[in-house]
Amino acid sequence: MSYFTEIYHGVKTLLTGMRVTGRYFITSGKSAITQQYPDNRASLKMFDRFRGEVVMLHDENNEHSCTGCQKCELACPNGSIEIIWDRGVDPETGKKKKFIDKHIYHLGMCTQCGLCVQACPSNAIVWAQKFRKTRSTTEPS
Amino acid sequence: METATIAPPIKSEEYFINMGPQHPATHGVLRLLLTLDGEIIKKVEPDLGYIHRSIEKMCERNSYQQIIHLTDRLDYLSSHINNEAVCLAVEAALGVEVPERVKVVRTILDELIRISSHCLWWGVMGMDLGALTSYFYAFRDREMINDIFEETCGARLTMNYNVPGGLMHDIHPNFVARTREFLAHFKTKLPEYDRLLTDNVIFQKRTKGVGVLSRQDAIAFGASGPVGRASGYSCDVRVHHPYSALPKVTFKEALRTEGDSFARYQVRIQEMWESVAIIEQLIDAIPEGPHQVATDAVIKLPKGEFYQKVETARGELGVFIISTGTKNPYRLKFRSPGFSNLSLLNHIAVGGKIGDLVATMATLDLVIPDIDR
Repeated sequence: MSYFTEIYHGVKTLLTGMRVTGRYFITSGKSAITQQYPDNRASLKMFDRFRGEVVMLHDENNEHSCTGCQKCELACPNGSIEIIWDRGVDPETGKKKKFIDKHIYHLGMCTQCGLCVQACPSNAIVWAQKFRKTRSTTEPS
Repeated sequence: METATIAPPIKSEEYFINMGPQHPATHGVLRLLLTLDGEIIKKVEPDLGYIHRSIEKMCERNSYQQIIHLTDRLDYLSSHINNEAVCLAVEAALGVEVPERVKVVRTILDELIRISSHCLWWGVMGMDLGALTSYFYAFRDREMINDIFEETCGARLTMNYNVPGGLMHDIHPNFVARTREFLAHFKTKLPEYDRLLTDNVIFQKRTKGVGVLSRQDAIAFGASGPVGRASGYSCDVRVHHPYSALPKVTFKEALRTEGDSFARYQVRIQEMWESVAIIEQLIDAIPEGPHQVATDAVIKLPKGEFYQKVETARGELGVFIISTGTKNPYRLKFRSPGFSNLSLLNHIAVGGKIGDLVATMATLDLVIPDIDR
């Protein structure tokens, strides 16, 4: 290829690429494809299945449906869930029964794999969509 | 008058330089010990271990359901395919036949994540060679795939969607519509990729004839994936050992014979087209049925050795399980594609310049957590 042909081809391919970017420069306008995250915090809605953190649901009487079966604790690969339980007497039947004292969830060890929520037989723990774990000092808690 | 002293002849010496572990072109914590003569590379020694997390050892401690979420962290850009590799190995060992719906959904998600991985590679490759625009265009298209994954699987990167015996949930009702929307969008954007980068004269001059790997060497070094296929070595696991719904689809294996960086680039661009074709064949007819078959809560594999290989976006991933009949594997070994592909770096980079090394590494498409494990 001669010297001038090579220059011609080079300039042509560069202009072809510039046409792509130039078209976006003119046509895209203000419709940015990125999310302006901290500004849209109020309107941002995550998908229903998004795995943010594990929470235990409580009803209006502040009661949960956890039975303390420890299946989530066994299913967890990293030991993020710790269940402290005790034996008590069931007030209805008068038999001995396992009662849950505390259900501790260590967010720092969790890898959001979802095995504990799958393992729960009574749907006591679910995924919350909260992904922001920090707070600015100027914000109310 | 004083006589001019004759300058001694300039002596050239070889010297070492560290590329990495924190270098933008290594895409992670990989340290390359370069022996240079001027700017000519004499030797490349990769130094590994900066993000070794002993995943293989952790697998020995975990149950078979728990292992899967660790494989997300191997090659995080094709995490769904890694999950599938373990699931297929466990299912084969247990003798479980998964429903047709599971197979089809798995293959669609495989190809989606392959496109997503190649999109990221395409953008970052442009950036490595000095074209920042490609990065933003690739991430624009990749964002749509991430949304599909987030809606169906619950996470964007480490989705952990496969379980032994099927899928964790059924697919989301929006899944099919979103995937069709993405395919229509992506098919108009792929020609743009060509116009922007493939045809660019600077890009071609920097990649053509750089880092040439012959077919014999590709086989000798155990290269797989697009690196092997660019040298004319037909090594696509999807073609030779099809799994899941792949026996039902028809697609062409992307093959080149040049073996240089540009050939590896072209193979990946063609693979994106082939992935689009595979999804199009499956997306219209996802069979109805259960999304899971019941397995025992505590999975115990029979005594023996089990091997399964799949084609990730980087090449052949093998999972080798030795079971002694307990609920944990006795030993679990991953044959990762990145490790073998890195091993040939010294072979193809010697004699080139440092700038060529960046182009070569970009087309090897290394993911460091996959190499270190």
